[in-house]
Parts: sequence; structure tokens; C-alpha cells
Amino acid sequence: MKLTVNGQDHEVDVEDDMPLLWVLRDELKISGVKYGCGIAQCGACTVHIDGQAVRSCQITASDVGSAPITTIEGLGTPEAQHAVQEAWIQHQVAQCGYCQSGQIMQAASFLEINDDPTDDDIDRVMSGNLCRCGTYPRIREAIKTAARTLREV
Amino acid sequence: MSRIGTIARRSFMIGSAAILGGVAFGYYMYRKPVANPLLDDLAEGQAVLTEYVRIDAQGITLITPRTDLGQGAYSVQAALIAEELDVRLDQIKVDPGPPSPAYYNTALADEAAPFMPTDEGFVAESARGVMDALMKFLGLQITGGSTTVPDSFEKLRIAGAVARETLKLAASERTGVPVAKLTTSDAAVVLPDGKTLAYTDLAEDAAGLDPVADVQLRAPSEWRLIGKPMLRLDVVAKSTGTQTYGIDLDLPDMVHATVKMNPHQLGSLDGFDASQAETMRGVKRIIPISGGVAVVADNTWRAFQAAEAISFDWAKTDYPDEMDGHWQALSDAFSPDAKDAMPRDDGDVDAALAGADVLSAEYRAPYVAHAPLEPLTAVVKVSATRVDVWTATQIPRFVQSNVARLTGQDDQDVHVHVLMAGGSFGHRLEDEVVKQATEIAIEMPGIPVKLTYSREEDMIHDFPRQIAMSRMRGAVRDGRVESYDIGIAMPSVVASQMGRQGISPPGPDAMIAAGAWEQPYRIPNYRMTAYRARVLAPISSWRSVGASSNGFFHDGFLDELIHAAGADPLEERLRLIWHDPSRKVLKAVAEMSNWGAPLPKGKGRGVAFCLSFGVPCAEVVEVTDTGAGISIDKVFVAAEVGRVIDPVNFDNLVKGGVVWGLGHAMNCEITYVGGQAEQTNYHAHEGMRMYQCPEITVRGLENADKIRGIGEPPVPPAAPALANAIFAATGQRLREMPFNKFVDFL
Repeated sequence: MKLTVNGQDHEVDVEDDMPLLWVLRDELKISGVKYGCGIAQCGACTVHIDGQAVRSCQITASDVGSAPITTIEGLGTPEAQHAVQEAWIQHQVAQCGYCQSGQIMQAASFLEINDDPTDDDIDRVMSGNLCRCGTYPRIREAIKTAARTLREV
Repeated sequence: MSRIGTIARRSFMIGSAAILGGVAFGYYMYRKPVANPLLDDLAEGQAVLTEYVRIDAQGITLITPRTDLGQGAYSVQAALIAEELDVRLDQIKVDPGPPSPAYYNTALADEAAPFMPTDEGFVAESARGVMDALMKFLGLQITGGSTTVPDSFEKLRIAGAVARETLKLAASERTGVPVAKLTTSDAAVVLPDGKTLAYTDLAEDAAGLDPVADVQLRAPSEWRLIGKPMLRLDVVAKSTGTQTYGIDLDLPDMVHATVKMNPHQLGSLDGFDASQAETMRGVKRIIPISGGVAVVADNTWRAFQAAEAISFDWAKTDYPDEMDGHWQALSDAFSPDAKDAMPRDDGDVDAALAGADVLSAEYRAPYVAHAPLEPLTAVVKVSATRVDVWTATQIPRFVQSNVARLTGQDDQDVHVHVLMAGGSFGHRLEDEVVKQATEIAIEMPGIPVKLTYSREEDMIHDFPRQIAMSRMRGAVRDGRVESYDIGIAMPSVVASQMGRQGISPPGPDAMIAAGAWEQPYRIPNYRMTAYRARVLAPISSWRSVGASSNGFFHDGFLDELIHAAGADPLEERLRLIWHDPSRKVLKAVAEMSNWGAPLPKGKGRGVAFCLSFGVPCAEVVEVTDTGAGISIDKVFVAAEVGRVIDPVNFDNLVKGGVVWGLGHAMNCEITYVGGQAEQTNYHAHEGMRMYQCPEITVRGLENADKIRGIGEPPVPPAAPALANAIFAATGQRLREMPFNKFVDFL
């Protein structure tokens, strides 16, 4: 089966029911996407499929088909950061950082649709992403900063 | 300012050592007259160097031996060295330290040594000794560490200063310019004419010199880094998906394993049937291990799937099957036979309560899981002559000796590589996962085995926070709190945790009393009794340990007494507290929260205070009873830590501690049914989510002499401040966590 991840085509030979998360992590060795719960309760595995934030533990590779997949590695790099990543760094959001790939992917997809979110908008969209370290106040601020940057572009 | 001479006499000697093409600076640890198992490899009088600064042609490496669990510990340790060394944080690399025996013969190992049964200081001391030891142990997990911070704060800066002065001496010998005319900046020695000599260029020369030991630490007014906002060294990697955690490690030929362990905690395996699992795609091996079965496959998900296809026959364990039995054991512990200690007994409580109108209550705190978002993992490779372990652990020294014992190899041949942790909160003070991975790896020599817990396996086998119960009585007179008698019963968390490492701590367990006996109140009749309940389910240190339950108990009932006295909750606490830094944190939150200003109907404000890990911390919580549930609107926090090293990281950690304390008080518990944890994933043990997160305002005070860690102290006051606020808004008193058993949250 063929997958397009971060602009690159891959051929994988996996079961029809293997979640995309594990295809990415163990077959393609793309480890920015994280395993946290396996049941869509934490959001650590969030990736973009056709630009939409999706929990990769809940979709199989065969369901994705030819739709382009973007992981945190494809959103931006340490050298060429996405506006959301820049804001995350500016606000020093991360503590342990394990949930932050998913938080950033969720925020980036959301800001594509709404680049002037209210506090309620942010809370509604981001509440599926768990952070055990409790960085929520900084995530809120970073999203507002990223939104300002994106509006100016 | 500390002159090196006085410090060096105390515990160590400054030194340097030549390394390939460069120099390493640090301390020499000598074998002490009292046998120290950590220094077994050393002959009498022999020394090994504890490295903190390593410079060679490739660059400058700062050694930051405390595990970073997410609190920025690597950055803070690096900043302390860099402050004196005159390097920018973007000019250095950070290394958690080489996993060789020499590395463990260091100040870090020395700090963990009180847990060694051969350490006379540990054995000799009773309650306070155990607490100090546990606090030092915990110090490994929090920024700078609680009681160990003063040590690090001094030692790491000294290491930087010694390196700097020795490099200047090397520059002086090479150029003929007197040391007094040399300065340092940006990883180079600067000559009077402005020319620079890079440290990397001077390293080999410095290795041939006696290190300069007579250095003076800089005054706070000269600091470039400490006290100012810093950019954490890991923030770019953690914002771009490029940070490698334990779970991300990938080695050539590595196989992927998972385990199913007996859900009756630490029970044994009576039998299993893996005939279906054996045939599943990608499965390489099914291996029975102590207390469970491991599946080894070519992919983590395939291992998870096959593990689900195994049927098991589990042995039962001897803690009660149902929660009623656990609570009954705590209730039974309120007896003279089970009295562990009475660390406080001021005035005459019995006489004072005899004729008084007595207020009494019972409070409860449940088992709670640590559940860091990265489940436990370990990679182990067993070869004929060495074992390698890659894992995010807080106890590398215990890991090393346990793996050595399992594999029959010498400690020095077990190489523990400490990796970045995706959270811990105390979870990684346990090493069951490493022992299990080792048992698997022994069966597959030469092959790196990565063991990954499923979330369910991680949560079911979390050794949770202690279950605890408190019974209090008290009385008020003339609008004042006059008598307070608090008893707390719980199993010993220290005995449970240390018992798994083969250590039986002597004397009372100070964690049973922590957060309740040492509060700086001057109440005329004031007694705290600690009761040790029988051993129940295994428990482990959970962010703020004893104080996580006891802070809620002590402050919650104090609030009840203050209300019974008709006094103002903040004013009466302030009147009762004699300790000036503690008064200042209360005054700070009063000002921050505009305490006393009227609130609209349906809103309530609660204050709580707890001194834990040497840090007085006060919190005010503001809630609204919306009709559709309680909403937590605002939290104001003030904590006294002596010195804030990095205000940005401090703010983040305090807010995280508040979210942790509130979230678990709202909706988390682990309950045993049929001897097994009912909660298997985050849907049933959720914590706080963003929509519930209040606006949090933080203030760090710097009035005390000693510098302290901040990872844990914001946790204990959070639950009582919330309960007290809900009482203020609704009139309903909450005496048991989680609160969502009694009130709805928005």
C-alpha cells in the first residue's frame, strides 16, 4: 500500500487494520508523532490528512488512501519553523514536551480555518489534547501569537 | 558569596583530568572511611573525577547529571555552570553524563547514597532522616531539587569558576600576560588587546596544569543568566518533533516487545495460553517472565495485538479485592498500636477539647495514578560481556544494580543511558519496566529489545499515590482557632517504594505526617498523630508525596475551624502563622487576588496554604457556581523559593503544579475491584483539560536564605483552595477527593 507522508511517497506492507500511528512510528520511523493512549483520548498522535487534524491512532493506513499526510516533521523544521512552532518556542510552552507535537498539529490545522480565534474557540478545539504537565496557559498564549503572525502574512 | 576553600573542605576537592585532546573539570570524590558501596571500585584514598565541564577540540560539554523529566532541569544545571564559565548557552552541548562506574561515583550518586542500607547516616537517623533521604531522592526529579538545590546551586557554579580560572592560567602561561589582566567572554579568554583565545584551543594546555582552586563565586549583581529569562535548551526540539524520548529510540536489529502483567499488582502468573498469539503476524517470541508474559514482535502494535490474544490464569494477591477493604484498613489504623509518630503536640489538646464545643470531621484521599503521557519504556541489550540499558529513569543507580543482578554481570558492565522522559511525576522512580525488559533481553542475547507498555498496562500497573484518611477534631473560642487535633492514616509509601529495591527503611515514615505536622501555625493546642496502616496495594511517590493528601486534609479542616470561628479565612491564617516568609506568601496572594473585595452571587474565593519541601506556598482559587457545574475561574499563587533561577521556567512549573493539583482533585482516582484497577486509560482518569483551566497568576518570592525547588510545592495547596472556594460559593464542604463524586464541574 502507498502512503504520501510529508511530500514523500512510501510503500508499506501492513495489515488493513494497523493504525496509521504505528505505520508512521514503527514502519516508516517517523517518531515525532506520539503514542499516548490509543483510544483518541489524548491527541498526542495528531497528524494532518489533507490539512485536517486527525488522531492517527483511530485511522488505518488503508483508510488514508492517497490523501497527503503531514506530521510535525513536515509542518516545519528547527531551521524553518512554522508560525505555530515559532510561537511555541517564543512562549516556551513545553515542559516534558511529549504532547506538544499533537498540540501543535491541532493548533496549526485549526488556525488554517480560523486565524482570529476567541478564548472559547481555542478551548473548544484544543480540549481533546491532554497535557499532563499542565502547559495549557502557555498553549493559549502561543496560539494567539501564532494567529497574529498568520493574519499578518 | 562562598569561598571555595570552606566548601571544598566539607565534601570534595576540586580537580581536573586530561581527556583525549582536552580537559575535564569537576570534583574528586575519595573513598571514605565508612564503606560506601558506590565507591567499591576504589582503593583507600583513591579518587575519581566527577565531571561537570568537558572541553576538547570538538567543543564544550556541560554535564547535567540530573534526569530531565520535563521541568527544564538540564537547562537550569547548564545555566549554573555557564554563569561562572562565561559561555553562552548556544555555545555548549549538554550531556546527562557518561554511564560508566566512574560517573556514578559522583556527587549525584553521593546524594542518592542515603538510600543505601550501608550508609550509617541513613540507618542512624529516624523520622527526619528518612524524610531528608526521600526528599533528596525526590530532588532528582524536580528543577534543581528540593533540599539538594543548595548543593547544586553552589557546586555547579564552582565547577564553572574553576574551569574558567584554570583556562585563564593556561592562557597566561601561553602568552605571558598576567592572569589579572585577562578576562573571559563567550567561551574564550580575552587578552588586554582584545584578542581572544578560545577555550577549546586552551583545553589541552589546561589539562597539564593544577586546577585553580582558589576562586570566588560572583555576586548576584554580576549574574548574566541566573534570575533572568532563559530559553530552555530543549524547547526547539520539543516544538519541532525532533526530541528523542525513551519510546523513540531505534537501534539496528531492534525488536518490539510488550508485556501483560498480572493486574493483581505484583501477583504471579499461574498459567497462560498463547497458542493463538503465536500464529499472529510479526510475532517472534512469547516469553513468560516474572508475573506475566512478554510478546516480542517486529512492530509495537503487533505486539499489543498479540498480547490481547493471550488468555491468563493470574494468582491473587493479599491486598483487599475491593475498596471497602482498603478504607477499612485505614480506619482500623487509628489505634495506639498503629501509631507511627506524634511529631507535634503543642499545648494540651485533650484538656482543651474536653470542655469545648468540638468540631470533628473525616477526610479521604484516594489512590491516584501518575500516568505521564509517555508510557513506560526501556530498551535493553544483553551481550556476553556487557549490558546496555536505554531508559528515562530517575534511579539509574538502582537500575544498574538490578540489571546486574538479573543478568549475572558486574555493575560496571551494565551501562545505563538516561533518555529524556515524556513526564514522570514520580512514575520513573520505579524500574519494573527495566527488569521486565531485561528478562526478555536475556532470552534474546545480542538483540536490542524495546519494551513498550500500552497505556492500559501502564495505568493498571501504576503504583499509585497513597490512599489516605484523616480524622480531625478542633475547637474555636472568641472568634479564633484554639485547638486542632489531626490524625492521618496511610500505608507507608517509603516502605512500599524502598521495599521493591530490597531496602527496609527503619523508624517512622515521615511522609505519613508530611504537609500536616510542620505547618508554621501557632495554635495554642495543636497535635498531629501519624498512623501507619497495614500494607495494601503497592504505592509510590506521586508529585508532592505525603503532602499531596495531607495538605488537603490539614488546610481543609483548618478552613472549617476558621469558618466556625466566624473569622476571615486569610486573616485568621495570617494571625496564626509565625513564620515570616510564610506570612509573606499569604499577604502576596491576598494582594494579587484582591482578597476581601466583594464577589457577585454564585462566586466564591478560597485560600489555602501549605509548606512542603521547605517552600511556603499559598493559593487563592476563585470559582463560579454556574448552575451547570462549578467553573474554576482564577488561581493566584505565591511561593517562597529563596531564588528564582529562571522566571519563565518557574512560571511554567508553578502553573503546571496548580493544574496537576486541581485536575486530580476534580476527577481522578484509582479504585480496585476484584483486586484490579478499574481505570485503564485517560477516559477514566482524565485530569484537567484546557477548557477547565483557570487563568493562573504566579509570584515567586525571594526572601528566604535557601534556594528551593518548585516542582512539587504548588500541588498541596491546590486541592484545599478549590474545596474552600467551592464552600464559599455553595456552602458545600468537600472532604473527599475526587470532588466530582459530590459536585459537578463545568
